[in-house]
Amino acid sequence: MKVFARHLRRLPPWLLALPAICRADYSWNFPEPVTPIARDTLKIHNEFMLIITALFVVVFAIMIYSMVKHRKSIGHQPAKFTGPKGGLQWFWAIFPFGILLFIDFILMGIPAVHAIIDMEDTKTKADMVLKVTGMQWKWQYEYPDSGVKFISTMSTPREQIGNAEQKGEHYLLEVDNPVVLPVGKKVRVLLTSTDVIHTWWVPQFGVKRDAIPGFLRETWVKIEKPGIYRGQCAELCGKDHGFMPVVVHAVPETEYLAWLDKKKTESAAAAGAADRTWSKDELIAHGKPVYEKNCAVCHQADGKGIPNAFPALSGSKLCNSEWLSKDGKLIPDSHVDRVMNGKANTAMQAFKGTLSDTDIAAVITYERNSFGNTMGDMIQPAQIKALR
Amino acid sequence: MSIATTHPAEHHGEHHPSGILRWLTTTNHKDIGTMYLTFALIMFFVGGIMILAVRAELFSPGLQLMKPEFFNQLIGVHALVMIFAALMPAATGFANWQLPLMIGAPDMALPRLNNWGFWLLPPAAILLTLPFTLALFGIGDGAIATGWTFYAPLSVQGGIGVDFAIFAVHILGVSSIMGSINIIVTIFNLRAPGMTMMKLPLFAWGWLITAFLLIATIPVLAGAVTMLLTDRHFGTHFFDAAGGGDPILFQHLFWFFGHPEVYILLLPVWGLMPHVLSTFSRKPTYGYKAQVYSFIAIGVLSVIVWAHHFFTVGMPVPALIYFMFSTMSISLPLAVLFFCWVATMWRGAMSFETPMLFAQGFIVLFGMAGLTGLVLADVAADAQYHHSYFVVAHFHYALFAGGIMGVMTGVYYWLPKWTGHMYSETLGKWHFWLTVVSFNLTFIPQFFLGLAGMPRRIPDYALQFSEFNAISTVGAFILGLSQLLFAYNIWRCVKGGPKAEGRVWEGAEGLEWELPSPPPHHSWETQPVVK
Repeated sequence: MKVFARHLRRLPPWLLALPAICRADYSWNFPEPVTPIARDTLKIHNEFMLIITALFVVVFAIMIYSMVKHRKSIGHQPAKFTGPKGGLQWFWAIFPFGILLFIDFILMGIPAVHAIIDMEDTKTKADMVLKVTGMQWKWQYEYPDSGVKFISTMSTPREQIGNAEQKGEHYLLEVDNPVVLPVGKKVRVLLTSTDVIHTWWVPQFGVKRDAIPGFLRETWVKIEKPGIYRGQCAELCGKDHGFMPVVVHAVPETEYLAWLDKKKTESAAAAGAADRTWSKDELIAHGKPVYEKNCAVCHQADGKGIPNAFPALSGSKLCNSEWLSKDGKLIPDSHVDRVMNGKANTAMQAFKGTLSDTDIAAVITYERNSFGNTMGDMIQPAQIKALR
Repeated sequence: MSIATTHPAEHHGEHHPSGILRWLTTTNHKDIGTMYLTFALIMFFVGGIMILAVRAELFSPGLQLMKPEFFNQLIGVHALVMIFAALMPAATGFANWQLPLMIGAPDMALPRLNNWGFWLLPPAAILLTLPFTLALFGIGDGAIATGWTFYAPLSVQGGIGVDFAIFAVHILGVSSIMGSINIIVTIFNLRAPGMTMMKLPLFAWGWLITAFLLIATIPVLAGAVTMLLTDRHFGTHFFDAAGGGDPILFQHLFWFFGHPEVYILLLPVWGLMPHVLSTFSRKPTYGYKAQVYSFIAIGVLSVIVWAHHFFTVGMPVPALIYFMFSTMSISLPLAVLFFCWVATMWRGAMSFETPMLFAQGFIVLFGMAGLTGLVLADVAADAQYHHSYFVVAHFHYALFAGGIMGVMTGVYYWLPKWTGHMYSETLGKWHFWLTVVSFNLTFIPQFFLGLAGMPRRIPDYALQFSEFNAISTVGAFILGLSQLLFAYNIWRCVKGGPKAEGRVWEGAEGLEWELPSPPPHHSWETQPVVK
C-alpha cells in the first residue's frame, strides 16, 4: 500500500485539480445538471474520470520508465524471468488486481448500484405523468391527467440547414411547441413510439430512455431550476434522425397551470371546429401548413417525393381516386385510409392518433387539390370524426 | 501423426496453374493468406473513403455534401466493411500465413475449405456495396441505412439495401465459420511433435479462442438477420409488437453476437502482442499461462455481458446490475494481459523498430479504450454516454487503436518473413507517428463532443459542437492520407528491398523464424520436434 501511496503522491498537481477544472468549464464535460439524477451522474462521472486517469498515468509511467531505462542502445542487458518467483514477487503480481477488484466492485460499483436504484424508481411520490411518443421525426407530448396532447417538431428553417441563411443561436435545437413542465415536481415520463425506436434525451436532466413501438418504457425527472433545456433524439431512426430535437420549458407551478389551461381551451376549440361544415378554400388554407409540417419532410414541398424512397403525391393514383365506396364505406388503401392508418413496414405512419379530425380532413383536401392534382372533392372534418 | 508429406521437395510449385487461375484454385496457405491480407487492405481503403466523406460533411454545421439518407448509408456500410471485410479478413490472413509456420505444419488442415472461405468474401463485399451503384441507375434507394446494427423496426422499414446487407452477412458468416473450423482443426491436429497445448504460441491461442467464439456466435447473428428477412418479406412478426413480437429481442440477439465480435477482432491481436514485445525486448514472454487463462476467461465472459450495449432500452434493475458487474469483471483478465505486456518489456533490452512502436502505441491507446470501457459499464453514467460521440470515440480506440494498429504491428513484424525483403524503416516510422498523432487528433475531440451531448449518427449538429468537429475532421483526413504510406511501404517491400534473414529480428523466437525468408512453398515438409 505504501508504494501505491507513493505513486499517488507522484501524480502531477494538475491532475488532482482535474475535477475542479472539469466543473469550471462545462464545454469539456457534461452540461450543467438540473435534476438530482444528473447531479449524481456528473459526480460519479468526475470521480470515475479521476480514477481511470490515475490508473492510466500509473501504468504508463511504469511502461515509459521501462522504455527509457531498459533499452538496448544504452547497453541494458535483458533479464530472463518469465513469471513471478517467490512470495514477494507473487504479492506484487497479485496486488494490482486486488486494487482493481476494489475499484470495480466497491469504489465504482457501490455508488453505481445506488444510482441505478434511484434512476429506475419512477413511481415513488410521482406528482404527475408526461407521456412522450416518438414518431418519424417529431415528438408527441401528452398530459394524461388533463387530456392535453400536441406535437412538437423542429422549427429551424430548411434554408438554414442548406446554408442559404445565417444559422440561428439554437440551430437544430428549437421546436414549434416546447413541452412545459413545472419545477420541483417529480414527473414520471412514459415513453413509446409509433414507428421505429427513438431515444428521448435531455443531457441536463441526465436522462436518456428509448421509446419503443408497442411498449411503454419509463423514466423520471425532477427539474430543480426554471429554464429552457434542449436535447435530441439519440437513436438512429431514419432520414431525419438529426432533426428531431427535444425542448423543455421548466417553469414555476403557477405558470405551468396557466399554460395547461390555455392548452385545454385551444384543444376544446379545435374539437368544436370538427363539427361545423368547412368550405373547400378554408380546408385547403388550413391543410397547407399541416402538410408542410407533417408530410413535406418525405413527400417534399412540391409533392414530388424522393424517387425510390418516398412516393410522389403529384399525379399519384392514391390522390386521384375515390376514397369512399358507393355504399358509404371507407375503401381500403384509399387516400383517406392511408393517411389515417398508415402503411405497415414503411415510414408512412398512421396519423389517426396524432392529427385532429380537422387537420386530417384539411390535409387530404389540400393534397387532392394541389401539386397538379385536380380531384376537386373535399372531405369534411365530421366525416373523419365518423370514421374513427 | 503422419501428415508430414514424403514428396520430394522439387515436386512442389511446378505444375500449378499460373495467372488468375493460380489464385482462384490455390489451396496453399500462403497464397490464401496473401489474398486475405490484400483483400483486407483494399477494403480498409474502401471503408476509409466512406468515412472521410462523412467527416467532410461533418466539418461544419449545415448540410453541404450529401443528403441525410446517404449519410446514414455511409456510416453503416463503413462499419460493416471495416469489421467484416477489413479487420476480420486481415486476422484470418495472419492465421493462414502464420499458423502452419508457427506450429510446424506443412499447410492448413483443410486447404480446399480454405480456398472456398476466401472466395466467398469478394461476392459478399460486392453485395454490401452494390446498392450504392444500383441507386445511381434508379434501382432501390441505396445501401443499408440503419447503421451496422440492423436495429428493427428501422431495418424492417428500410429498402433493398437491407436485404443485400443480410445476404452479405450470411455469406461472410459462412466464410468465417469455415475459416474457424479450419483453424481449430489445424491447431488440434497439425502441431509439431512435442508442442503441447501449453507450448502453443500465444498467437495460436488467441486465434483458437476467436475461432470458438465465431462458431458460437455467428449462427445467432445469422438467425437474427434471417428473422429480420422473414419479418420484411414473409409476414412474420418476430420484431413487431403489433403481432406479438418485440423489437428489443433483435437487440438481444444482435449483441449476443456483437459483443463477442469485439473480442473476435481483438484476440488475434492480443495473441500477437507478446511475440512482438518479447522479440524487441530480447526477453521471454512474461506470464504465458496467465495470458492463456485470460484469453479463455475473456472468451467465456464475452458471451454473458451483451446487454451493456443497450442499457437505455429500459431493463429491470437486477438485469442492469448483473450486466454492469459482469462487464466490469472483464477488466480483470484484461488487466492481466496489460500486466504481462508491460512485464515482458520490463528489464529487457528494448529497441524500437516499427513493429515495436506499433505494439507500444497499441498498448497505450488500447489502454484508453479499456479504461473508458470501464466507466461505460456503469449504468448510471452510461445514460449520458450512450448513443453519444463518447461511445464512438471509445470503440474507435478499441477497434482502430486496438484492432487495426494491432494488425499493422503484425504486418510490419512478419512482412520481411513473407516477402524475403525488409520494408523501409524510415517510412514505417513516419507511418507510425502520423497515425498515432492524427488518430488522437480525430478521436480525443469526440470524447468531449459526447460529454457535451452530441448524439452519434447525425448528419448535422448544433453550433456548440462546431470546433471539435472541425478538429476531428482535420485529424481524420491526415489519418486517412497517412495510410497511403502504409500501402506504399508494403508495395515497395513486396517488389524488392534489402534481403531479409530467416530470423528477421535479432530477438525473435519461435518455429517460424527457423525457416528461410520467404519460406518454401510447403512450410514444414518434415515436422520439427519441439523440446
